[in-house]
Amino acid sequence: MDLRSLTIDTVRQALLARQTSAVELTQAMLRLAEQENPKTNAYLHFATERALGSAQRVDDQIARGETLGPLAGVPIAVKDVILTRGVRTTCGSRLLANHIPPYDATAVVRLEAAGGVIIGKTNCDEFAMGSSNENSAFGPVRNPIDPTRVPGGSSGGSAAAVAQGTAVVALGSDTGGSIRQPASFCGVVGVTPTYGRVSRYGLTAFASSLDHIGPFGRNVKDAATVLSVIAGRDPMDSTSAAAPVPDYTAPLDGNVKGLRLGLPREYLKDLTSETGDLIQRGVDTLKSLGCEVRDITLPATDYAVACYYIIATAEASSNLARYDGVRYTFRSEKSTTLSDMYRETRGEGFGAECKRRIMLGTYVLSHGYYDAYYLRAQKVRALVARDFQSAFGEVDAIVAPVSPFPAFKLGEKVDDPLAMYLSDIYTITGDLAGIPCMSVPCGKTSEGLPVGMQILTRHFDESTMFRLAAAFEKAT
Amino acid sequence: MRITEKEVRYVADLANLRLTDDEAARFQAELDGILEHIDRLKEIDVTGVAPMAQVLFESEADTLREDAPVPSLGSELALANAPQAGAGYFKVPKVIER
Repeated sequence: MDLRSLTIDTVRQALLARQTSAVELTQAMLRLAEQENPKTNAYLHFATERALGSAQRVDDQIARGETLGPLAGVPIAVKDVILTRGVRTTCGSRLLANHIPPYDATAVVRLEAAGGVIIGKTNCDEFAMGSSNENSAFGPVRNPIDPTRVPGGSSGGSAAAVAQGTAVVALGSDTGGSIRQPASFCGVVGVTPTYGRVSRYGLTAFASSLDHIGPFGRNVKDAATVLSVIAGRDPMDSTSAAAPVPDYTAPLDGNVKGLRLGLPREYLKDLTSETGDLIQRGVDTLKSLGCEVRDITLPATDYAVACYYIIATAEASSNLARYDGVRYTFRSEKSTTLSDMYRETRGEGFGAECKRRIMLGTYVLSHGYYDAYYLRAQKVRALVARDFQSAFGEVDAIVAPVSPFPAFKLGEKVDDPLAMYLSDIYTITGDLAGIPCMSVPCGKTSEGLPVGMQILTRHFDESTMFRLAAAFEKAT
Repeated sequence: MRITEKEVRYVADLANLRLTDDEAARFQAELDGILEHIDRLKEIDVTGVAPMAQVLFESEADTLREDAPVPSLGSELALANAPQAGAGYFKVPKVIER
């Protein structure tokens, strides 16, 4: 059995045919992941004891002849901003280096209830802030396809683990592209569902009006299966949606003939030529499958980065206020008074990118600037959402690039934060509007670097998104 | 210049962040560049547009759970990650100076 190419289906078949037990598979995957980890630094820590416990429960179910859950025995990696009870959760931050959460995120509970085996926690940009995974306090993640390059961020560890074959599927979080961009850079499938589709209970808050949890997989069906498991109303998250959860794997063998697709012209002008060519070829493939492609316009796109970096940093400055040396593990030794203790703890504990965003967010919310920045950004956000709404009046899905370029070299962009922010342009719009969007592999550059194609659909229409992605995956 | 180093230090104070001199100088330059980009928001006409604070789908009442009491975490677990705790409380350095 080749551990690196397992899928949810092949794990299930192997367990049911008694070719392996869930415990044996978990042990083998943990060995492989530990052995491979120095190449990428994708995992921050392994949850060996917990994983073996989950696997044993699956083996007991098999022994008793019980029906297995949809993720039975599947080795899963979870981004380290998602809480796991009793298993260290650092958010990639020095501030939380020894943080052991007292409860589980709802998504984690649902994965394990479905038989999933969480084998470890993955590296990420500190508090999910970054587009390259270079902002982790525990060192950057390297792209398994080319270790001199970044895996993307902020969910770089989850994307790298799935690409490297050291997890079958993974959870990430996405606030401005943190699932789709690393999926694109690492050549895997990454899904940002509709805002509110997956409970954020136990997801460390970055920007609450934009934060999502979503899955990574090596194929569309695996990602769809994970989303079916984790989606749905959760009383512990008042922003989780009550809309019924369909089986997202149901539409995957359907045909896409006659589907109306929009190609937004604002998303095509700043691409590197190879990325542009690959996206164009992808669009041609979709045409050959019978989709009807038309040019559309999303005019507020040019303002989306500015809008996003006001709203996201404003919310972050508020959400990160809690890391003050009182409740969460790290406290500076330098201070003797309370107010100094806050300042020194935060000054020592946060990395440069978090500080930069806390500063920007505090500034745009400060006296005299609120209307000019924050309120105006919220209005522009409404325009971004309105653009999508009118586009979906004439098309069923939008296809677009994920990133203007493929994975870049480590260190290449660290000195220019604005350039890094601007590269999020094609992913932040979906988060601002709260619509479902995903990255599906769409070929490689001449250097062998993967490029992802983005698919965006109406609120709660993940089914059309998966249908199109699966048809595209089959055709390429 | 959109933001001065003095303003950077004022904002850091609001945010309870101790910045080194190097950081203050660097953030001044970086934030200035970012704010210059952000200024393009002034170009777009938002007359009559209602601000969007949240993605909402149903009536607000749908997002509320039943108001039923459930057991809480308990102080032992809640304090487990505290850098300093004692007698069921978070402990902090003295608040009143002098």
